[in-house]
Amino acid sequence: MSASPLQAARLILARDLRVALRKRGQFVQPLAFFAIVTTLFPLSISPELARLREIASGVLWVAALLASLLALEFLFRDDAHDGTLEQYALSGQSLTWLVFAKTTAHWLLTGVPLALMAPLAGMALGVPYTALAGIILPLGLGTLVLSLIGAIGAALTLGVRRSGVLLTLLTLPLSMPVLIFGAQATDLAIRGVSYAAPVYLLGAMAVLGVTLAPLAASAAVRISLE
Amino acid sequence: MAVRSLKAERLHLWRGERHVLAGVNVEVAAGDMLQVTGANGTGKTSLLRTLCGLLHLEDGRVLWEGRNIFEDLAAFHSQLVYLGHEPPLKADLTARENLRYWIGVRRPLSDTNITSALERAGAGAWREQPVRTLSAGQKRRVALAGVILAAAPLWILDEPATNLDADGQCLVGSLIDAQLASGGVVIVAVHQDLPVKNAAPRRLELTAA
Repeated sequence: MSASPLQAARLILARDLRVALRKRGQFVQPLAFFAIVTTLFPLSISPELARLREIASGVLWVAALLASLLALEFLFRDDAHDGTLEQYALSGQSLTWLVFAKTTAHWLLTGVPLALMAPLAGMALGVPYTALAGIILPLGLGTLVLSLIGAIGAALTLGVRRSGVLLTLLTLPLSMPVLIFGAQATDLAIRGVSYAAPVYLLGAMAVLGVTLAPLAASAAVRISLE
Repeated sequence: MAVRSLKAERLHLWRGERHVLAGVNVEVAAGDMLQVTGANGTGKTSLLRTLCGLLHLEDGRVLWEGRNIFEDLAAFHSQLVYLGHEPPLKADLTARENLRYWIGVRRPLSDTNITSALERAGAGAWREQPVRTLSAGQKRRVALAGVILAAAPLWILDEPATNLDADGQCLVGSLIDAQLASGGVVIVAVHQDLPVKNAAPRRLELTAA
């Protein structure tokens, strides 16, 4: 009897979360990077909250985008090294499904903490309390899309040594819509008007990503195993 | 139901400029073992990975139970366990956790399943230790426990006895014997003969193309 797809996905989630828990440094890195970048702006531009508020959404989103790019390298690298990916490909389960589970774990470990941390950074940039939901929600959706797009890039660059720069070049152009609509959503929230429209667009991108990105990423993983 | 057997016809595989497999034929039936030998770099690992369906052939086909494996790769993989020369274990997890996640993706496992497989592979003593603290031979035993646990009819093992002591070599032999006795199919790449008792293994010697 073989394991059901749900059981398999649950095991992969549990495994990745457990490994991350034992190897915390790797996942704290992008978060620390995000915190450093966002705190550098008040120091370098001006401590005046009115001015910071003007640029807050851009700062938060650029920092979040770069931090999630930083985290992408870890997505498949270790599993490719120790033969885990090969075993996934040979497990008799759909590799697309398993890659989706892995990407979800990656989002839970990087995107969700980032979205939860961002309001703190936002408050330091003069964002009013009323706009904090306008940071968490778009960032939560946006980082999910970034993880999904990034999974394709990370899988494609698995066979490349020192893949960091190439991965960034591949992923960045595809991430631009997320940056544009995400920053706009947060900006609208800070101005106190409805930010529903860009959030809907982010939601649509997330749906598109969930349905298509794992297919592309698993095909790329298969190629890298050859 | 077709007879349990693995058959490969006229396998041709190119890696860049190298013609690694030039018309290799393989046939192994239930209860049989195939020993693949050959000097370093003659394509033993490539052959095994090809038989697993991981590599794309330029020509030839691989048949499991008479059907091309690419017709339903997932069904074929659920019948197969492959062990490469690196044990697929996570350094930060314990031996038991590794098996639960690695084999659990294939089939539902209970804790007693895992414990008994580890004990059969002589790895029971360090089942709660993180894999990073284990020696190469100890890791190999944990990986063998995974092979037992997968309960697949087809085993494809790449140098399964590497890093093992004399007792471990006998263990590999007896595991293979048990697998063959239960009607399984075993394909191994080896440099030295394994201490297998009840089988007169078929041999396939690969030479540099």
